[in-house]
Amino acid sequence: MRRSRRSECWLTLPSLLWLALFFLLPTLMVFSTSFRPADPYGGLGSGWTLETLARLYSPNYPAIIWRTLWLSAVTTLICLLVAVPVAYTLARARQRFKRLLLLLVVLPFWTNFLIRIFAWKVLLHPEGLVKQGLLLLGLVAPEASLMYCEGAVLLVLVYTYLPFAILPVYAAAERFDFGLLEAAQDLGARPWRAFCTVFLPGVRRGLLAAALVVFIPALGSYVIPDIMGGPASEMLGNKIAQRVFVDRNLPQASALSALLTLAVMVPLLLALLLNRKRPEEPVALKEGA
Amino acid sequence: MDDFLLFDRVSKRFDQDWAVRELTLAICQGEVFSLLGPSGCGKTTLLRICAGFEQPDSGRVLLQGRDITALPPHKRPVNTVFQNYALFPHLTLRQNVAFGLKLEKLPRRDIDRQVEAMLELVQLREQGDKKPHQISGGQKQRVAIARALVKRPKVLLLDEPLAALDLKLRKRMLIELDEIHDEVGTTFVYVTHDQSEAMSLSDRLAVMNDGQIEQVGTPVEVYEAPESSFTAAFIGDTNFFEGRVVAQEGDYCRLAIEGLGEVWCYNDRGRRQGELVYLSVRPEKMRLSRQPLELGRNRFSGRVEDKVYLGGESRFWVRVGEYRLAVAVQHSRYLLDQQPLQWGEEVALGWHEDDGYMLQRYAEEHEALLSLPPEDEA
Repeated sequence: MRRSRRSECWLTLPSLLWLALFFLLPTLMVFSTSFRPADPYGGLGSGWTLETLARLYSPNYPAIIWRTLWLSAVTTLICLLVAVPVAYTLARARQRFKRLLLLLVVLPFWTNFLIRIFAWKVLLHPEGLVKQGLLLLGLVAPEASLMYCEGAVLLVLVYTYLPFAILPVYAAAERFDFGLLEAAQDLGARPWRAFCTVFLPGVRRGLLAAALVVFIPALGSYVIPDIMGGPASEMLGNKIAQRVFVDRNLPQASALSALLTLAVMVPLLLALLLNRKRPEEPVALKEGA
Repeated sequence: MDDFLLFDRVSKRFDQDWAVRELTLAICQGEVFSLLGPSGCGKTTLLRICAGFEQPDSGRVLLQGRDITALPPHKRPVNTVFQNYALFPHLTLRQNVAFGLKLEKLPRRDIDRQVEAMLELVQLREQGDKKPHQISGGQKQRVAIARALVKRPKVLLLDEPLAALDLKLRKRMLIELDEIHDEVGTTFVYVTHDQSEAMSLSDRLAVMNDGQIEQVGTPVEVYEAPESSFTAAFIGDTNFFEGRVVAQEGDYCRLAIEGLGEVWCYNDRGRRQGELVYLSVRPEKMRLSRQPLELGRNRFSGRVEDKVYLGGESRFWVRVGEYRLAVAVQHSRYLLDQQPLQWGEEVALGWHEDDGYMLQRYAEEHEALLSLPPEDEA
C-alpha cells in the first residue's frame, strides 16, 4: 500500500512541476504585482503598496463585477438547458446519425473564433439577416439595435460555449444505461419524471463538468463583450485589458485579475468538494443482444 | 381464472423480421409461467409487449379481461425484473425499493413499512443503506425483485433474471425465487433460454421458436411428450427415428425403421397402417448392457463408438445399423466396476416401448439442436 503511494507520488511529480511552473507561479506573480506601485512608464515601481487594493473600491467596479457574474451564470444556465436534450438525443441516436450530429457540434471549431464573432456582427447588423428577418415578422421595432447590448453579448457567449457544454454531458449520457429509464417507467414514472429522477442524476458529473467549462471561461471573457458589447455591457475582462493597454497600469490590472482568479476558485473548490464525497460508481452493464 | 393474462393473436415485426407472429397464449393467475426458447425466438419481445415497452403491430394483451395493449408502461399493473437488474446507481437499496411507492404518493410511513417488509423478504435489511455498486450480483438480483414486488403487481415479469450469475448462485437464487413466489403468490412470467431453470421453477411453460409457440404444458408434459422435433431437441436431448406404421396391436403399433429394424411404440395418436411417423427416444431411456436385455420388444445389438464421462452420467454413442444412438448411463460403483464399457465393444441396447414418443411435427433442421456426437475416428 505504502509502496504504491510512493510510486504514485513519483509518477505525478512531472505534472505537478508543470502546474507549479506554468500555473501556480504566474498566478502568484499576478497576485504579487497587485501589491506593487505603478511607475509612469507602464512598468512597476520599487517597493510595496496597498494603494492599488484600496482603489479597487471604485464605484464602477461593483456594477461590472455583478454584470460579469450574471452574464456568466445565465450563459451557463442556457448552455446546460440546451446541452441536456442535445446530449440525450446524441446518445440515443443511431450510429450514423450520431456521427453527423457530433460533427455538427464540433464544426464551429474549424473556423477561427474571431471570424465567427464577426460573422455574428454581420448577422445582427441593422442591415443584417437577423434584424431584417425579425423586422419582417414584426418582432422588433425598426429603430431597435440588436448589437452593442448585454443581449448580444449573452447570445454570442452562449453560441461560443455551447459545444463545450454539450460534449461533457454527451460523454456522460453515452455511458448512461438507458434501460434505467425503462425501469423507472416500469415502476410507475411518467417519461418526463423518469428523465428528471434517473437521467439527470445519471449524468450529474457531466453537468458539473459542463457548468465549470462554461462558467469559468465566461467569467474571463474579453473578446466577445469587446466586439459585441457597448460601454454599458463591459465585463471584467474588458476592464483588465483597459488597465493594461490604455492606462498602462499593471498593478491595477493584476489586482482585477486576482479578483477574477479568486472568483473562479470558488466554484471550482465547490465542485471539488461535491465530487469528493462520491466515489465513481461502476458503469452498469448495457443489455446484451 | 383461466386466462388471467391473455395474449390474443399478437404480432410484432422489426424491420422485415417477425419477432412474434400471431401468437396466442393464456397464463393463469398465480402460476409461474416460463417462456423458454433460444435467443431470438421472440420471448423477450413478448415480455416487453406485456410490460408496455413495445407496441404489437396487431393483436391484444388482456389482463383480467381488460385490454391493456394501449396503456403506457407506467400505467400497467405489471412490473419487471430486468436482466441487468437496472438498479438506480445513485440511490441506496432502500431508496431503490421505495422508488415505485413514492410515485404512488403514499404516506411516508406506509412507504417505509412496505420497503422494510420487502427488504426483510429478500433478506437485505441490514444492507439497505448501501449503494448498488457495493453489493454482489445475487444481492442486486434480490433488490431488483424487491423493487418490483413492492408495487404489488398483478404480474411479475422476469427477463432472464439469473443469466448474469454463476452456476451455484443461479441454483440458489432459483430456490429463493420459488420461496418468494410461495410467499407472495403473484403470477410470474419468467423468460429464459435455460431449460433447467424453466423446468425446475415453472408450473407451466411455453417453448418458443421463431416468434411462435411450439408447445405449452407442464415441465413433465413438455419433456416426456414433446409434440415437435423442436421441443424434443431443444429441451434435453433425444434420438430421432423416421419410420412407417406396419402393424397395430392393441395400444401399440409396430414401426419399420429403415436402417434400424422394427420398433414397438405406444400409439396414443391412433396412427394407422402405412403412416409416416417420427419417433423420439431420450438418451436416458435407453438401456445398455453386455448381457442380453430382459426388456420389452425393442432390442438391438450395437457397437460402442464413443463414450464421454460427464460426472453424473456417461454418454455413449452406439452404432446400430445406420443409426448412431445417444445413450445416457448413470453409474454406480464406477471406480470399483472392473469392466466399464469400452470403445468398440459389442453391446445390447434397448428401450421400453412406452418410452418412445411419436412427434406430431418434424423438421430436419431441428436435429442441429441435438448435442453432437464426437466425430468418427476412422
